[in-house]
Amino acid sequence: MLKLPQDYVDEMIAHAKEDVPNECCGIIAGKDGQAEKLYRAINAEASPYRYSVDPKDLLRIYRDLDSSGWDVWVIYHSHTHTEAYPSPTDVRLAAWEDAYYVVVSLEDDTNPVVRAFRIEAGEITEEELEIA
Amino acid sequence: MTIEVNVTSTLQTLVGAKAVQGEGDTVGALLADLNAKYPGFKEQISGDDGELHRFVNVYVNDEDIRYLDALNTPLSDSDVVSILPALAGGV
Repeated sequence: MLKLPQDYVDEMIAHAKEDVPNECCGIIAGKDGQAEKLYRAINAEASPYRYSVDPKDLLRIYRDLDSSGWDVWVIYHSHTHTEAYPSPTDVRLAAWEDAYYVVVSLEDDTNPVVRAFRIEAGEITEEELEIA
Repeated sequence: MTIEVNVTSTLQTLVGAKAVQGEGDTVGALLADLNAKYPGFKEQISGDDGELHRFVNVYVNDEDIRYLDALNTPLSDSDVVSILPALAGGV
């Protein structure tokens, strides 16, 4: 189960909406099951269909959270026209096995859907998302 | 020369630490040295052809080696190498 404060969920949805028509992506740093900081990342693809965190931006974010003693806890991105479920591309490129993958769907833009998953060795496991 | 290498995720599990030291005057030589010390190291980040997987970012200091000279990027004493899984996906 992934427990996220409401303001983190609101911030991911706000980021997703601001980056329309493109996919957005970002990282939530955490420690011991607690969210610590949300980092919006630069989508180097600037595309409605792909995301790839700009390598320099990824290093900047990683150094900042690592120096604070935090972990890459949640990796989020948006799907602008499809459901909140990892696509085959998401699974193929999922390289952070210790992180939760959160997908924000704007398929129905009046009713964004946020779901959380683990992706390990090509297997998707949905995790209950508790918003507190 | 000895180079500090920061690792995370599966590589961190493999080497049992967040940072390791390796020897080499290029990134390729350094990775070969680390692979000798930690068998399986290169397998995590490169394919059978020896080329780095595209879902792995290797940096010398602040620069992604894709924008330098890839595995032939030269190293000098005070350099720090960081290896991070890329963060990517799509529909």
